[in-house]
Amino acid sequence: MIDLVAFIPRAVVQGIPLLFGSTGETLTEKSGNLNLGIPGVMYVGAISGVIGSFFYEQSVAKGGTMNGFLAVMIPLLCSLLGSLLMGLLYCFLTVSLRANQNVTGLAMTTFGIGFGNFFGGSLIKLSKSDVPSIALSATSNYFSKSLPFAGDFGWFGKIFLSYGFLAYVGIIIALIASFVLNHTRVGLHLRAVGEGPNTADAAGINVIRYKYVATCVGCMIAGLGGLYYVMDYACGVWSNDAFGDRGWLAIALVIFTIWRPNVGVFSSILFGGLYILYLYIPSGMDHMEFKELYKMIPYIVTLVVLVITSMRSKRESQPPASLGLSYFREER
Amino acid sequence: MEQKIAAVSLKNITKTFGPVVANEKVNLDIYKGEILALLGENGSGKTTLMNMLSGIYFPDEGQIFIDGKEAVIKSPKDAFDLGIGMVHQHFKLIDVLTATENIVLGMEGKLNLKDAAVKIQQICEKYGFEVDPNQKIYDMSVSQKQTVEIVKVLFRGANILILDEPTAVLTPQETEKLFSVLRKMREDGKAIVIITHKMHEVESLSDRVAVLRRGCYIGDMMTKDTNAAEMTNMMVGRQVSLNIVRPMPINPKPRIKVDGLTVRSEDGIVKLNDVSFTANSGEILGIAGISGCGQKELLEAIAGLQPAEAGSITYINEDGESEELLGKDPRKIADLGVALSFVPEDRLGMGLVGNMDLTNNMLLRSFRKGRSVFTDRKAPRQLAEKVVEELDVVTPGISTPVRRLSGGNVQKILVGREIASAPTVLLTAYAVRGLDINSSYTIYDLINKQKMKGVAVIFVGEDLDVLLEISDRILVLCGGSVSGIVDGRKTTKAEVGSMMTLIGGDKNNEEK
Amino acid sequence: MKKSNREPLFHIAKRGTLPYSKVWGIRVLAVILALLVCAVVTTILTGDNPIQVYGGIIQGAFGSSRKTWITFQNVAVLLIISLALTPAFRMRFWNIGGEGQILMGGLASAACMICLGDKLPNALVILLMFVTSLLAGAIWGLIPAFFKAKWNTNETLATLMMNYIAIQLVAYFTVVWEMPKGSGKIGIINQDSNAGWLPQIFGSKYLLTIFLALIVTLGVHIYLKYSKHGYEICVVGESEQTARYVGIKVEKVIIRTMLVSGALCGLAGLLLVGGINHTITTTITGGQGFTAVMVSWLAKFNPFTMILTSFLIIFLNRGASEISTTFGLNQSFADILTGIILFFIIGCEFFINYKIQFRKKSRKEEKKA
Repeated sequence: MIDLVAFIPRAVVQGIPLLFGSTGETLTEKSGNLNLGIPGVMYVGAISGVIGSFFYEQSVAKGGTMNGFLAVMIPLLCSLLGSLLMGLLYCFLTVSLRANQNVTGLAMTTFGIGFGNFFGGSLIKLSKSDVPSIALSATSNYFSKSLPFAGDFGWFGKIFLSYGFLAYVGIIIALIASFVLNHTRVGLHLRAVGEGPNTADAAGINVIRYKYVATCVGCMIAGLGGLYYVMDYACGVWSNDAFGDRGWLAIALVIFTIWRPNVGVFSSILFGGLYILYLYIPSGMDHMEFKELYKMIPYIVTLVVLVITSMRSKRESQPPASLGLSYFREER
Repeated sequence: MEQKIAAVSLKNITKTFGPVVANEKVNLDIYKGEILALLGENGSGKTTLMNMLSGIYFPDEGQIFIDGKEAVIKSPKDAFDLGIGMVHQHFKLIDVLTATENIVLGMEGKLNLKDAAVKIQQICEKYGFEVDPNQKIYDMSVSQKQTVEIVKVLFRGANILILDEPTAVLTPQETEKLFSVLRKMREDGKAIVIITHKMHEVESLSDRVAVLRRGCYIGDMMTKDTNAAEMTNMMVGRQVSLNIVRPMPINPKPRIKVDGLTVRSEDGIVKLNDVSFTANSGEILGIAGISGCGQKELLEAIAGLQPAEAGSITYINEDGESEELLGKDPRKIADLGVALSFVPEDRLGMGLVGNMDLTNNMLLRSFRKGRSVFTDRKAPRQLAEKVVEELDVVTPGISTPVRRLSGGNVQKILVGREIASAPTVLLTAYAVRGLDINSSYTIYDLINKQKMKGVAVIFVGEDLDVLLEISDRILVLCGGSVSGIVDGRKTTKAEVGSMMTLIGGDKNNEEK
Repeated sequence: MKKSNREPLFHIAKRGTLPYSKVWGIRVLAVILALLVCAVVTTILTGDNPIQVYGGIIQGAFGSSRKTWITFQNVAVLLIISLALTPAFRMRFWNIGGEGQILMGGLASAACMICLGDKLPNALVILLMFVTSLLAGAIWGLIPAFFKAKWNTNETLATLMMNYIAIQLVAYFTVVWEMPKGSGKIGIINQDSNAGWLPQIFGSKYLLTIFLALIVTLGVHIYLKYSKHGYEICVVGESEQTARYVGIKVEKVIIRTMLVSGALCGLAGLLLVGGINHTITTTITGGQGFTAVMVSWLAKFNPFTMILTSFLIIFLNRGASEISTTFGLNQSFADILTGIILFFIIGCEFFINYKIQFRKKSRKEEKKA
């Protein structure tokens, strides 16, 4: 029997980076931009934060004490800035220059992963460490600090209160995004832009601006997912390629959640659970190979959900109608 | 006499799209409390001109004055701020949103859908509209969608209203209702511009007409001082005869027999209900009905594109042998030796491939010929050349993508290809929709020629005047059922018009 | 005069068709600009002289005859993958599952080599490898195609998920077949007997791949341009409605095309395992299934242009890994450079399709003034 009190927190910390990524991608897709560059953006978000805190830790190491506020804000702002720049690049190419979104996204993923690993590698060299990774445990302490009284609540505390602040930020952002999309004018306009840019334009909505803002904000949120992964999940240890394919899973999650960030909170945690489920399925010592098969579970489940949602094709669970298409007002 | 105030004044407006000049030095005044009909053939630049007023396009040259002051309209938002509202030919509505959400789209301030719904109700009461504020657009009929569009414009307090071919999709009754609303607005002091191709509407509704030809402004006149023939001559630039010939059918024999056909859409809505009729060779069977009453499904069922729930469609050849068509796809029907041609409503989305050139579009019908694994492009190329020459298609060449051609030329290519295969049955859906007068007559002529060859023609149309003039018999559909078949030479517009709504009206009441 | 200031500064209009020379002029210009930017970036990040760095890149790709051959061999593999994806893309089926289809092809050939290598004559093993790897790739393409045809399931995500399932399958068999036990990898397969190793032709181990790539290029070109299947693919890609209207069975075309696409990916897997590496790992594809998407698109789905675009990507990659060793840079530097160049090429398409018109009036007024 799986120990749920131990299992759920692990599923949550696995799920949070995906939640950031899928919330960001949902906002982006609602504006009609299919950003396949999210994996790259998340790498950039992570490494930017790492660079920021690396230099802060270095400067602190030379003398002086670490300021908790700065230790959090510097990587946070660096990460936001890095992913914002990626978002601007994507928008410039696909919105202003109307380039193909699939190709631009894939190029951004190549670039972003390269960027992350290159600077990661360079920092590793700078820090002259023996292992191929950078440990920013001081900064990480600030990120992964859970509520002081979390321990007092037993299983409840473990399941709900044991996470670093970014995890709660992720959930709050998802809920806010969901509220904005469904209950505010900005959200209504954003949905309109994604469903029918022509219509939105004729209604006086600035399509270009909405696409830019939604995509850039989306990228910044996704970038935070990368930051959370390094600073909290991985305890401040950056090693190249460790983030893996989580970015792609985040994109898959968007469909999994039928473009609803609030659903994303649960499905990302569910996904996180599936992701680590193989650790909990007994396979015996002499059959380690079955573990590899169990690792397939999240992907198979996604595929099945994908197929099932497409089987009952409801109008409301379809992707935004203009997804993947660039908009040109004077198209004839 | 008091000088009327020009609500809008266009001065020397020029707009080009690449090498195409859409508008050249156009001057036009629009007055308050007046309905102006803007006339012109397809491609004469009416819509482009109005799009510049509504901020979709930006003029290359020229000035726009609103209430005497120069205005720059960079975006639709600027147009709203100046009180200009446009109802586009292709509705600018978002399917998955409700009527209210669509109406408040693009406005500012806090989102309050409840208050907006109340205000919408008030507007509806004032002008006599019926709109359910919470209905999703994809559940609406065409005329409901149009109502939403008009309410949207009024909701923003527009004083200058532009309607681009608003009646193309409406029944005579709905049209009359719309016109009475427009007249009410005129009395309110609003300036109204209506773009239309239908002369009788111009005569019954407008105060003044302005004519464009090939992007240039030709002139304007008061409607009461002119007549349809004069207006048409101004549009075309020369004398045009407005009569469609209707030869008597020669030796009509049953060719297609439809019996008890019932079709349900994927969502389970009955689209055709127990439809039975016979189409004869050498005869044009007109199909009348409000749009969305099952015309599309009927033609597609005969063409093998629409699965049916019940009934049969029988094809009877020259020798009297019959074949069942239902349950067969277009390829199987062709393999049976049934020469069936279909000019669908959606020309570039179904009948042709917009991004392919003329030759490749001709190939669509013939690419399977022969046993070779490779395609033969020689015959289609010759066919393309022949169609271009015989039907006067205006195109830079046969290797131009068809999407670059104007609507009339696209339709000529489609019809040209469909009749090239010497059909025995010809299905046409809205064959002249959006076509100017010249092109329309070319198409009527082609269809009549097929009829004389003994082809059974099924002609779905929306303009009752045309249907009454071209059809030998008219089948009237209403809500998926046949409300009657009448003789095209004896019936009247009023009779057909009332048959179009008869059953539909009852059915709507039943639903409620 | 004041009013005109409120006019937009410039506005964008669609261009007519540009002559070929100009189109390629713009693209070449974009590549040159990209190289300049790359040079600046390189200098900033490394402090090295960019000319030296570019010298290093050329050195890395063509420094010796062995390096040159490997470059061409890699171009050939990437070219085959790009060509494999192209029929699907022409059909607007966004197959980003190249990775998985290649892996499955590779896995099938590895299975033949390991399980049958010492039981059957070599020729038969190789024949079986061809059959099974093409089949395995085809099946991996078939699954998402079936869902797409039947329920219109989003193919981008379905193929993506299939990639991961393939990776885990390979990981599973890596453990099953690991050599030596506990190493966590399959070493060189049949190192002594060379059973199932693809033959050398004309005394070179590189030529077979290159020849196959050329044959596939020609084949895909003819298939897409002149065959009835190719025409059907085009029609389905442009408009499914039209396809149905003329009696093309859309579902059949989707499935058939993905079988072709998957099988060609399987061929690439066979070459990677049986011809080049003689082993299989989960990372043997090196992300080429994704890179090929860009290669194919950059070439506007034209098989011959793809030779150029895949060469460009491989050239950069090979070169950058060379400079990363000589200049002590990180291997990932190649990805950054590739990214920058891609951005420029992607962006330059805009100037081919659109033109920017600056405010006319003000210019006239300036002249008057």
